[in-house]
Amino acid sequence: MGTRHILHCDMNCFYASVEMQRHPEPRDTPLAVCGSQEERHGIVLTANYIAKPYGVKTGMAIWQAKQRCPQLVTLSPDMDEYIRISRYAREIYEDYTDQVEPFGLDESWLDVTGSVGLYGSPVTIAREISNRIKFELGITASIGVADNKITAKLGSDYKKPDAITQISESSYKEIVYPLPVEALLYVGPATAKKLRAIGISTIGRLAECPEDVLQRRLGKMGLVLSTFARGLDISPVQRTDHIPNIKSVGNSATTPRDLENEEDVKLMLLLLAESVCSRMRDLASRCTVIEIYVRDTELRSMIRQRKLPAPSCSSQELAEVGMELFRRHYHWERPIRSIGLRGAGLVEDVGAVQMSLYAEDQRRDKWERIDRAVDHLRQRYGYMSVRRALLDTDPRLGHINVRDDHTVHPIGFFGG
Amino acid sequence: MDQREKRYVPVIVRFDAEGKLRPLEIEFDENHKYPVDKILDVRRAACQSVGGVGDRYTCLIQGKETYLWMEKGRWFVCAKR
Repeated sequence: MGTRHILHCDMNCFYASVEMQRHPEPRDTPLAVCGSQEERHGIVLTANYIAKPYGVKTGMAIWQAKQRCPQLVTLSPDMDEYIRISRYAREIYEDYTDQVEPFGLDESWLDVTGSVGLYGSPVTIAREISNRIKFELGITASIGVADNKITAKLGSDYKKPDAITQISESSYKEIVYPLPVEALLYVGPATAKKLRAIGISTIGRLAECPEDVLQRRLGKMGLVLSTFARGLDISPVQRTDHIPNIKSVGNSATTPRDLENEEDVKLMLLLLAESVCSRMRDLASRCTVIEIYVRDTELRSMIRQRKLPAPSCSSQELAEVGMELFRRHYHWERPIRSIGLRGAGLVEDVGAVQMSLYAEDQRRDKWERIDRAVDHLRQRYGYMSVRRALLDTDPRLGHINVRDDHTVHPIGFFGG
Repeated sequence: MDQREKRYVPVIVRFDAEGKLRPLEIEFDENHKYPVDKILDVRRAACQSVGGVGDRYTCLIQGKETYLWMEKGRWFVCAKR
């Protein structure tokens, strides 16, 4: 395979930019698009470039942001509008290639290897796309140009807003090596800490670290990161019509009030488990791994998972295992703000599962049949037609329709 | 620069057999109805002055070029305040 030409387009401060485009009045003021305050999703989703110097950051609670920048204008998100603009951006990309892989609403990779004959060099294409985004959508983008996806993303992050950065083989070390390891996709706080503990703080150090050391420290992921750091990622840009294999199904919710005790958590896990199981049944699959996600009132989060003895889509079982995981790992230092449940390691639900003599399996089968019956009832008579009595003990929590209102859109580099 | 505002306007439109649409007349108000003499250009564009993203029709009206925008099924113009 010859050299590929990959672009990574990142529309700057996407939500805030779209809002500034359509409301010209607050264009010169610090602006943040925030989750709705009434339902307590009150965190900054995106801040514009005027608010950022004040220290307003994504993920911050609204009150914290206002403390740093009292004149901050906050707006509620209008997802339909962001999806519309994102779709228009994709239409622009598709004029140049059919290999467009979105990463969230505001980022996309483009493989333009086959397009250079028609449209000119990758940088020329990048410039044209950048100009069209400005003219047609009224916002700006940063574009990275490289020979693989990971380096292209480093390029688009390198200079913002409204910039094009080409990272070629000859300029790779000069541009990429001094960057902190956190700049690399899939190096989060936990991985960064492990790397810093062995003296690796830049991508350059990571690239030069022997692979076996990284594998010992980070396992399989160590090898992947080493490839990333050396600019040797070979993962393809998925085609437009590619339908990813779904590997997990998850739901989470930021609850209308904080969860303060195990009863609250139990109720929410049941609610989430029902939704997750119902969606797994739609996909005709069962999960072999259960994962819980908990975020406390100080926005600290943890994820824990456990393997199941046998594939399951019983909401009762998922909720019970989720609860066990929770009891074991959460120590109630603070109340909980949001909680999630995920079924992973999905396997196909092929016809009849081997019947078992063990009581545990019979119980699972019974619960799954109950769940299926509930699905049918809800399809005909609506979500509220049949519910667990437990959910009525606290209507504020129990009446959230997690399945239809809170679908988590899975995005992951590995197509998970 | 003079002040502009986003003004939604009623528009008389003709759909041809292929489904292509062509604005025929802009009804600014009861006393100001402007027949569109010619469409010079249509393209996706962002309206920088009053905000909005949609299909921009460059219309020739009484010898003057004016932009008419179609955004989410509604027509608007940048009107003088």
